[in-house]
Amino acid sequence: MSATTQQGKALPGSLAANPLLAQWLRFKPEGTVEVSPGKVEIGQGILTALTQIVADELDVEPARVKLKVASTAGSPNEGVTSGSLSVQQCGIALRHACAEARAMFLAAAAERLGVEAGTLAVEDGTIVGPENARTSYWELAGFVSLDVPASGKAAPKPAAARRHTGHSAARVDIPDKVFGRPRYIHDLKLPRMLHGRVLRPQARGAALVALNEEAARTVAGFVALARDGNFVGVLAETEAAAERCLALLRSGAEWRGGEEFPDEAKLTDWLKSQPVETKTVDSRETARAGSPAGRMRRQYSRPFIAHGSIAPSCALARWSGSGVHVWTHSQGIYNLRAELAAVLKLPLEEVVVEHAEGAGCYGHNGADDVALDAALLARAADGRPVRVLWTREDELTRAPFGAAMAVEIEAELDGEGEILRWRHELWSNGHAARPGRGSNPVLLAASELAEPFPRVVSTNPPLPAGGAERNAVPIYDLPAWDIVSHRLLVMPVRVSALRSLGAFANVFAIESFIDELAAERGEDPVAFRLRHLGNPRARAVLEAAAGRAGWGSRRGGEGTGYGVALARYKNMGAYCAVVAEVEGEEDIRVRRLVLAVDVGEVINPDGVKNQIEGGAIQATSWTLKEAVRFDRTRITSDNWEDYPILKFSEVPAVEVEILSRPEEPPMGAGEAAQGPVAGAIANAVFDALGVRVRSLPITRDNIIAAMELS
Amino acid sequence: MSGTSKAMAERVKLRVNGAETAVEADPASPLLGVLRETLGLTGSRFGCGAGLCGACFVLIDGHAVPSCDTPLWAAAGKEVTTVEGLGTPEHPHPLQQAFIDEQAMQCGYCVSGILMSAAALLRRNADPSEAEVREVLDRNLCRCGAHNRMVRAVLKAAREMGAA
Ligand code: FES
Ligand code: FES
Repeated sequence: MSATTQQGKALPGSLAANPLLAQWLRFKPEGTVEVSPGKVEIGQGILTALTQIVADELDVEPARVKLKVASTAGSPNEGVTSGSLSVQQCGIALRHACAEARAMFLAAAAERLGVEAGTLAVEDGTIVGPENARTSYWELAGFVSLDVPASGKAAPKPAAARRHTGHSAARVDIPDKVFGRPRYIHDLKLPRMLHGRVLRPQARGAALVALNEEAARTVAGFVALARDGNFVGVLAETEAAAERCLALLRSGAEWRGGEEFPDEAKLTDWLKSQPVETKTVDSRETARAGSPAGRMRRQYSRPFIAHGSIAPSCALARWSGSGVHVWTHSQGIYNLRAELAAVLKLPLEEVVVEHAEGAGCYGHNGADDVALDAALLARAADGRPVRVLWTREDELTRAPFGAAMAVEIEAELDGEGEILRWRHELWSNGHAARPGRGSNPVLLAASELAEPFPRVVSTNPPLPAGGAERNAVPIYDLPAWDIVSHRLLVMPVRVSALRSLGAFANVFAIESFIDELAAERGEDPVAFRLRHLGNPRARAVLEAAAGRAGWGSRRGGEGTGYGVALARYKNMGAYCAVVAEVEGEEDIRVRRLVLAVDVGEVINPDGVKNQIEGGAIQATSWTLKEAVRFDRTRITSDNWEDYPILKFSEVPAVEVEILSRPEEPPMGAGEAAQGPVAGAIANAVFDALGVRVRSLPITRDNIIAAMELS
Repeated sequence: MSGTSKAMAERVKLRVNGAETAVEADPASPLLGVLRETLGLTGSRFGCGAGLCGACFVLIDGHAVPSCDTPLWAAAGKEVTTVEGLGTPEHPHPLQQAFIDEQAMQCGYCVSGILMSAAALLRRNADPSEAEVREVLDRNLCRCGAHNRMVRAVLKAAREMGAA
């Protein structure tokens, strides 16, 4: 269902699916503009960028722009806030909706003032004509109905006429956060609210065979126990009481069965020996591909990675009559609503899902799961609202992980070591098991109920976005390639979308392999890449990063090394090149990362920098330190000591250069750095130590293992 | 409701953000819960409940400590400062101002705890080096990768405070 313009062209961004202008904006009598985005704040600063876009297009001061919290009770349905698409989809929709609204108001003003629309200007919402004729959006609001679909006729302002976008506006959410004001879902407090906690098994699909409820029932403040099959939760008057009850329930619970975890020490072998669905996701053939004189084959891998948000997932729910209202930090309120309705067996209209900000979100984490937990527990609360908070352990063990991957790349080479043919083969679970996308609910508790929904094995959306195969197609101009993806059909470790999906491992593998080829030829890694790179924007970021990092005059050796890598996110999004400088012998320290990015039009330069810096630092953490640990029966990395992430003293200096392209469509910045950072660090480690670490993370153990291999 | 655990609740006197207050609670319960639930001071965040992430840090007699891991009795009679007591929009603490100036966060969930760690540091050491700032903040985790901005902000606040 997507609306088109009167000329038959699809409306831009999310306007296509939500053409009604009034869904996007309204002028309020108090002199503000209420804007209703369907995308949500997940720590990426989107609210600020949207404010800038609206302020520009309507010619109002940003302070007049009031953003409404997204809710299924009225917000446009923009799917999921993911894939670095918020500016493309929501920002662009708002830009066009505002342009259209502005044109309608100017037409109405022209009529009222008896002047030509072309003679009117807008100053902070006041519409000014010749001889001081004046009116305003707000004066005219009763006469101009925005309850009409967008026509697609009004053109947004040209780049040069924008005053707010393109500049670093201060983030609108930051003051609340530095003064500790309630802002997060965790801070929401509803009258008569109860606290809920959920008891969970260690293994997926384990059955609860014994439960001792008595001890929990004696805790002061205990209210109710809710059980539905293997789903068990407790309600109490206070958080402390709820936690006590949970601890008591846990010690008296016995679980049996459940899926066995793979052997962690042989994870790559395990990935390569499971039942799979195999697909050639891309191939290329040109006349240049001749017969080979040699070949090179390497295997790369990454482990399971946890989202590790600093806040455990949280949700609130309240039943009234036959329906339920849920507060969530989910990335997709409409999808969550569909899923909740399916599990709770309710018509869609009986479920309202409202967004509230959570802590940083890096993909499909526990936010949706805990929303179902809250809805289930609230059924036992007699109409009182219930707040459910996951434990840190739940967050690090029960939320979906980023999938482990094995990638094998093989190149056929001519006598000079030039690439004739390239084969990229990967083994991985699918990277997508988001709620509301398939026919079967995927929320954790759905598979725990007395009438359970089957546990879902994750899948991959098709290229160009792709899941496991995201960025598996090289950005380089190679004569021939085959890209093959093996998707696992079993899933003992629960996985779904984590920031950049397969791009992290694929770019790490491709950029490592390219480096290995360049090294074999004794060619400079930047020069080698440039020689295979026709795309001018890709070349530009590579040259910019190399230039800024002083690539030509670098001095390696003595435990110091430099590495470079680049990618275009999803092969259709932002361009990012990275130069990494590392030091160390056994424990690697990344000293400095220099990144150059091209995200097309930049709405908020500091916002883009912030996201790239953040992505680069998180990717450094993944690359050097992170792996989900498990034995055959449980995830053992269930606290921050066993799942260490990068600390302040370990964080590299990060420099970001943005290549400005105001006339190009904007592209998201959130995920562009992940893969290139891993590649650049691994290549720098080789430069420093002469050893290729092909299994992430690059820890002391993996370096030693790699040395023994070579 | 059973009376067994109720008997454990006691009246505990606290001094929070300069004001005397008293709460009815189990003295063994974590300070964080009392701050957030009983006193409505939700600026201190829950992250792990185990003293490992720093999201819940408050000052007790000037030292940054995990309030998730500090029993209420241990705070009794001492000076507790939370992020709400650090400064206000009208009178921001130089650290708060510097965090705004440097746009030093992404999601910001870690920020209250980091502000408290930094405030404790600047009380002890008015002119810390960058390495000292980083070392002190190692007890605080940030998953969004806003570390460098925060370090810059702390150093900036130190300079402002030195100049004042
Ligand atoms: S919540 Fe207290 S240190 Fe993590
Ligand atoms: S800003 Fe999100 S955890 Fe630090």
